[in-house]
Parts: sequence; structure tokens; C-alpha cells
Amino acid sequence: MLKLATTLKTALRALRRNPMRSALTTLGIIIGIAAVISMVQIGEGSSVAIKKTIENMGANTLIVFPGQAVSAGVSFGGGSAVTLTSPDAAAVARDCPSVLAAAPQVNGRMQLVRGSQNWVPQFIAGTSPAYFTIRDWPIVEGRAFNNSDVLGVNQVCDVGQTVVKELFPSGKPLGKTILVQNVPLKVIGVLAKKGANMMGMDQDDILVLPWTTLKFRISAKALQNQNQSTAATSTTSTDQLYPETAQNLYPVPSASEQTDTPQPVSFPNINSILVAVPSTSQIPQAIAEITALLRQRHHLQPGQPDDFNIRNMAEISNALGSTSRMMTNLLTGVALISLLVGGVGIMNIMLVSVTERTREIGLRMAVGAKPRDILSQFILEAIVLCLFGGALGILTGQALSSAVQHLLHWPIELSMPAMIASVAVSAAVGLIFGYYPAWKASRLDPIDALRYE
Amino acid sequence: MNLITVENIMKTYHLGSSDVQVLKGVSMAIQTGEMVALMGASGSGKTTLMNILGCLDRPTSGRYILDGEEISRMSANQRASVRNTKIGFVFQNFNLLARTSALDNVLLPTTYAENTVSTKALYERAKALLDRVGLGDRMHHEPSQLSGGQQQRVAIARALVNNPRLVLADEPTGNLDSHTSEDVLQSFEKLNRQEGMTILLVTHDPTVASHAQRIIHIRDGLIEAGAFQEPPAAASAGTISESAQTTRKKR
Repeated sequence: MLKLATTLKTALRALRRNPMRSALTTLGIIIGIAAVISMVQIGEGSSVAIKKTIENMGANTLIVFPGQAVSAGVSFGGGSAVTLTSPDAAAVARDCPSVLAAAPQVNGRMQLVRGSQNWVPQFIAGTSPAYFTIRDWPIVEGRAFNNSDVLGVNQVCDVGQTVVKELFPSGKPLGKTILVQNVPLKVIGVLAKKGANMMGMDQDDILVLPWTTLKFRISAKALQNQNQSTAATSTTSTDQLYPETAQNLYPVPSASEQTDTPQPVSFPNINSILVAVPSTSQIPQAIAEITALLRQRHHLQPGQPDDFNIRNMAEISNALGSTSRMMTNLLTGVALISLLVGGVGIMNIMLVSVTERTREIGLRMAVGAKPRDILSQFILEAIVLCLFGGALGILTGQALSSAVQHLLHWPIELSMPAMIASVAVSAAVGLIFGYYPAWKASRLDPIDALRYE
Repeated sequence: MNLITVENIMKTYHLGSSDVQVLKGVSMAIQTGEMVALMGASGSGKTTLMNILGCLDRPTSGRYILDGEEISRMSANQRASVRNTKIGFVFQNFNLLARTSALDNVLLPTTYAENTVSTKALYERAKALLDRVGLGDRMHHEPSQLSGGQQQRVAIARALVNNPRLVLADEPTGNLDSHTSEDVLQSFEKLNRQEGMTILLVTHDPTVASHAQRIIHIRDGLIEAGAFQEPPAAASAGTISESAQTTRKKR
């Protein structure tokens, strides 16, 4: 123990004799450890942020989507079939014991007009009052629409904070009217601020209204306004830019023909059903119950595939979590490589140092140092360098990640295991990369070493 | 009593396919308290003999006994501790650690000593030694701040710090001017006379050798003269050549 203390003192003294070189040698380790620490902390921070976002979105939420339509072997993709109805949503809420609440959802993307202002919100959700419970979304002003609004197809809506900001510079939206596709909607409530979701989309950029209103008053009107067959051909934007080049595959019906043959557009189908489950552990149970119920309601024979998909937020959160973990691992791997490079730098300088200090080694051996004394001195020098570098690296990494937090507003999470691991890794790097030069030093012949020029 | 006994030592170096015999059967002895000079031209085997006497090297054959211990059979580690406890080295180019205070330089051999006394006692001892070589006021100076003679005196203090039985000085004045050389040699003489320290000076310079009580001449791997101290009764001025003759007769 005493011996180790003296060797340590000798090593420290040797390092102090050349402070500039010691500092430069350890720079590689400082950078490596700083990189590892900041990468791990930033990575962990984003993982935690994702988890928080998922909770904010209403954890334990399931979404039921309609299945895909297939025509002559051509699949139209998920959600293309028209299988879910509002009674399905009501039945799920009523008949599945593991389900807390269920709300139908009809989506749209339309322009909102208020006086001289106009805005196209990210989300337009036609739904039922259960939506606010499922998304755990309080109303800060006014009231949420209720079931009688849904049944009465009332022209009312609740708006998110971003919509308020865009359409009502005065900041007083209650009781005012918004035009959606020329349908007037009265604002009866304002939603609380929720922030961005895990995809980085602004959740406050939303208009929530009774699904019946959206479906039957707004969408239906919009669809009736245009000819379905011509709409099908206008797939590219150039058609709109250069209308005369657009080719009509079918004869364009005249106005009187249109009135004579109205398009049947008002299917009571919905885009999805939003389902809340009391806890994460009940999700598999709830999925089983919903599957059984919907198969029965849709008259599916055993062996026939489901005509709907149930998507689970936990799955998305896991997928995002594992992606972020993978990125963290990748970056940590890159950082570890820089640590390795730092280690090679240490070995390089230690080798130079051994050559440069050959005479000193010879002298130490002449006055009684055994090969293992020389070995331990040089290894200890390398370890001290690395530990010193590790300590500085932790500080630098810490500074880096808090700079990222303050300047880029990126969430970071303090990681104790990463710090402990980096100290261990830097000591190990010192041991591994210090061993060869130290071994070389200990193998020197004192006679030759003393006479080395 | 003999501190050093060397019996028929040979040393052969293998250089490629040919063998070079450097020491061809050297026998000699040094008694405790003697101050002896080892003289020889370069290539005479002087350095090889000194390395063996300093326990830095092992003879190919023959026996070397230092202070009652047979060195020729020892392992490298055992020789290291013999060097540490029984021999003090003084080198031509001082070999002090750069950017290290004189005091720490003197303390260097104690780092490798087996059973060290308290650090404080060692400290006091190193200070006393520096005082004795006249550097008590410069113990915190670094080698670059000291003159050549002062550096060599630090080296002498370092050689003495572990209470050795033998001080081995390899061309101790080779890098010094004549005036400082005289100073350093006088410190050796004082050490020998006052403390009874056994000193072996290795040199090619007759003026340096003249400070010794006896001169061992080595030439072509064989000792030419002065291998053994003549009986005290015969000891008188100008006996060096006589003893050389007796050595020759013995061989």
C-alpha cells in the first residue's frame, strides 16, 4: 500500500515534469469521454422526453383503423376500406369491459376563415365528447361540446391554442364564428395548451367538433360541390396550374346532369375509433375484446381476415424509444471509437516518453528499481493521465450537454451509470494502452539505458 | 576483511556468429575501507568489469562475492536489491532527474528500498547528506540551476542515502574542469578517510587515480597490476609496481 503510494507519487512527479505534454496527451481521452457522456445524456434525455410525450398524448390509448380495401388483387392500403361506423364506436364503449371510453373520429384538412384571417390547421377532428376524456384534454375557456350537439349536428366547435392565435388576434374567440368550407361554426370552448407531440407536430393546432357536423354538414357539402369523376383525374398539381392541359377521361356532366344524379357521399363511416384503456397491462385484454366485438358486428366468418387494425400507442412509443436508443448506442459507439483513438494517442506518447526517458529508467534501475517497479510506474502514469482525462471529460461532457439543453432546448438526462462507466473505461484504457510502453521500459537493460544518448 | 572478492571472472559477448572475450579470467579483491582506482584504456574491459562489480551485469563464469554474498548466481531482481542497499553509484554525466529538486534526487534510491524507515527520517537524512556535501542551502534547486560540480556533489549525496557498503564512481570527474574535479575528488577522499567508506574510482586519468590508495590496471581483459592489497607490513610508498609484479607471478 505504502509502495503503491510512493509509486503514485513518482508517477505524478514525472507527469508534472512535462505538464504541456501531459495535457495534450490526455486531450484525446478528454474528448472521448466528453463525447460519450454528452451522447448518453442527450440520448437518454430524448428517450425520457418521448415517454413524457406519449403520456401527454394520453397513455393507454388504442386506435382502431379500418382495414384495407382490395380490388382485383390491388391493395389500397390501410384505412382505405369503409368498415367502421359510429355505432361500432358506441358498441366498443358499451360492450368491452376493459375499455374506459371510445370516441369515433372523422378527420379533415380544410381552410378555416374568420373575417380577414384564414388558417389550415394541422388537425380537424370530428368526434364525440368522450374524445376530451380519452386525450385527457381539459377546456380552459367555455365548454366542450356535448352529446346533444353531436345528435343535433350542431354547428359548434372547440379550438386549440394555435388556432386561437392564428384566427383571433384579439384572443377572445368565445361566441365568435368560424367558416369552414362556407359552413359557419360557433366557437364554444378553448382547449388547454398541449405542445408538440412525439412527431414534432403541434397538437394545439386543432379544431374539435361533433363528428356528425363534420361528416354531414361540411364534408358532404364539400363533396357535393365537385364532380367525383373529374376529381379523380385531377391528381397532379400541374392540372391546376395549366387547366387547359388537363385531360378529361370522362365527359364532364353539365350542371343540370349533376343535380339530376347526386353522388351518394354521406356514408356514416368514420376514419377511426379512439379507445382509452385504464392501464397499460389491460391493453392486450382490451385488444382481444375489441377484435371479438368488431368481428361479430362486421359479420366476419372464422378464417376471414380482420377488416380493421388496432394500433397501440405503447407500440409506437416502444418503436420510438428503441429508435432513440439505437441512435444513442450508435453515437456512443462513435464516441467510444474516439476514446480508442485517445488511447492510441496515450500509447504513442508513452512510447515516446519511454525512449526519451531511457537514461532515467537506467538510473532508476541502477539505484535498485526492479523491472516491476518500472512497469508499475509507467502503467500508473498512463492510468493517472487517463483518469485525469476522464474527470475533465466528464466535466466537459456535462458542460456540453447543458449547453445543448440551454441553447437548443434539447432535453437531457443526467446519467450516473455513464459517468461511472467512463471512469472505469478511462482507467482501462490507461491500463491497456499503457501496458506495452511500460513493459518495453521494464525490459530495458540498465547498462544500455544508462549509456543511451 | 574483503568487501569484494573476484575469482577468475570471464565475460564473453556474442556478437553475431563470433564470440568476443572481454574479460579473460580476472581475479582481484578490495578490502573494506579502501579507496581503489580502476584504470585502463578504452577497450581494456574496464567498463565490463565495472558493470559486473556494480551488479549491473553477470559474468559468464567465475565468482564474484560482495559483502559475503555471491552475486554471480543472483537473479536480476536480487541484484536490483543488492544495488539498492549495498552500492552507491556516481556517474560521469551525473544522471540527475531533470526538473526535480536536489532533495528529491537524493531521495530517489529510497523509493526502491525494501524496509524504509519513516519518510520524515529519510528526509532528515537526505538533508544532512546535502549539508555534508556543502549544498544545504540549495536543496530545493533543480539540476539546471546547479553547476557541474554541484550536480556531481548531489549525485554523491544520492549514492550515500541508502548507507551503501561500496561507492562506485564511473569517471566522476570526466565532465568537470580541473578545479571542480579536485573538489569532488577531495569529497571522496574525505568520505573514505572520515567514514571508512569503500570507494572504487573507475578512470583513465592518472591524476584522478593518484587520489586512490591503490590502482588496479586492466589491459586486454586481464589485470596487469594492483589486483590485491599487499600485506600491511609491506605497505609503503612506491609499492604499486611491486604489487603488480606479485600479481603477475601469481597468475
